[in-house]
Amino acid sequence: MDMFDKVLAGERLALARLLTLVENDTPKGRLALDYLFPHTGKAHLIGITGSPGTGKSSLVNRLALSLRASGVEKVAVIAVDPSSPFTGGALLGDRVRMRDLCGDPGIFIRSMASRGALGGLARMTASVSQVLDAAGFDVILIETVGAGQSEVDIARLAHTVIVVEAPGLGDDIQAIKAGILEIADILAVNKCDLPGAEQTARQLRAMLEMAHPTRPGNLPEDQSAPIWLPPVILSCTQGCQGIDEIIQAANAHREFLKTSGEWARREQERLKNGLEAMISAALLERWRGGLEPGEFERILDGLTERKISPFEAVDKLLDG
Amino acid sequence: MEQQTRKTFLMEQKIRVIVAKPGLDGHDRGAKVVARALRDAGMEVIYTGLRQTPEMIAEAALQEDVDVVGLSILSGAHMALIPRVIELLRANGQENVLVYAGGIIPEEDIPALKAAGVREVYGPGSSTEVMVADIREAVAKLEKEQVG
Repeated sequence: MDMFDKVLAGERLALARLLTLVENDTPKGRLALDYLFPHTGKAHLIGITGSPGTGKSSLVNRLALSLRASGVEKVAVIAVDPSSPFTGGALLGDRVRMRDLCGDPGIFIRSMASRGALGGLARMTASVSQVLDAAGFDVILIETVGAGQSEVDIARLAHTVIVVEAPGLGDDIQAIKAGILEIADILAVNKCDLPGAEQTARQLRAMLEMAHPTRPGNLPEDQSAPIWLPPVILSCTQGCQGIDEIIQAANAHREFLKTSGEWARREQERLKNGLEAMISAALLERWRGGLEPGEFERILDGLTERKISPFEAVDKLLDG
Repeated sequence: MEQQTRKTFLMEQKIRVIVAKPGLDGHDRGAKVVARALRDAGMEVIYTGLRQTPEMIAEAALQEDVDVVGLSILSGAHMALIPRVIELLRANGQENVLVYAGGIIPEEDIPALKAAGVREVYGPGSSTEVMVADIREAVAKLEKEQVG
């Protein structure tokens, strides 16, 4: 049997090997994505993002366990950690928190290094999730690198985004800043056994209140369209509090996406973004291929010596 | 400069390593030092934490499709645990994964471990530079064999 068909049949070794080929963007990996593409589009992609140390990995551990207990047949986890900008190496430590998931044949965990991408995911995370989707995983949990304020790529990839907060990380001004909180479909205040959890939840609710779609100024064009209000859920992975609530909210969000037509819209948006990214990469590759040897370095030297400006450098490099 | 720009633009193949602590001892300073050194050498290191069973390590090695498994043991149970990990890796179809061991392992046990499939044993005081060089060389050789 061919490797790609083995992946479709759910063989784990073939899947693991193919994920490597896709992650390294090899010719065979690209062939696989072509072959598997018609089989994708079924999985529910759930993103988990938030600052470092808020408990994303532990939450993923609990969510995967609960999903399996609730009867979901196959759950995949993609855990992204940062690559060093200096050496390109990475220490991928998310599995340390996911040891409860070992030994369950219905779960597949894959760690990915961000490899220089800055949006909280790796460049190939979307492709890796496509392979897992084609391999029949019903839910794919995608954990981003510990995200600051603007690592929002996950909103373009996942159907449902869970933003994980923890008590004591910032005041109400943090809560109204643009960026990561805006992309939340579900807000989890994790480590809710710590003091200040209620206050954090209150600030987040106040933030949501300001952006409430029924307030004047925020009214959607089509007022009969259903709206989604992100719930704020207190959770604790030690005592397993709030986990089932988060899963219920994620399921409700999926239903909302499907009934409102938002699922199809997001799917289209996602494919469009992916296409644009691939076109950029392909154009870049083509441009580099046509470059005279040493030309880039020569113009870079001119730039370093302040002889030409960055805009002039771009013109020179593109138009000669 | 040339090399720097290369690094930013090309997807390169990364050496993927699991560093694991099988068994019951709770000292992972050595494992962390090795993990950090391999990271600084540009490898992608998956660290699994303490008290792993051979089954957990083999499962993680499979899912992560690693090139190398590094096992650190200080409890004295290496003769039971390490061959078991190798057996499971082979049973899962990962015949080519390179297995290295480290920790407190008596000299007289090393030949038996090597016969079981361990590529090298690094005791206290081993140089991380030597480890990095060994791993790079072994992985490169393996890739050549697979292509050829």
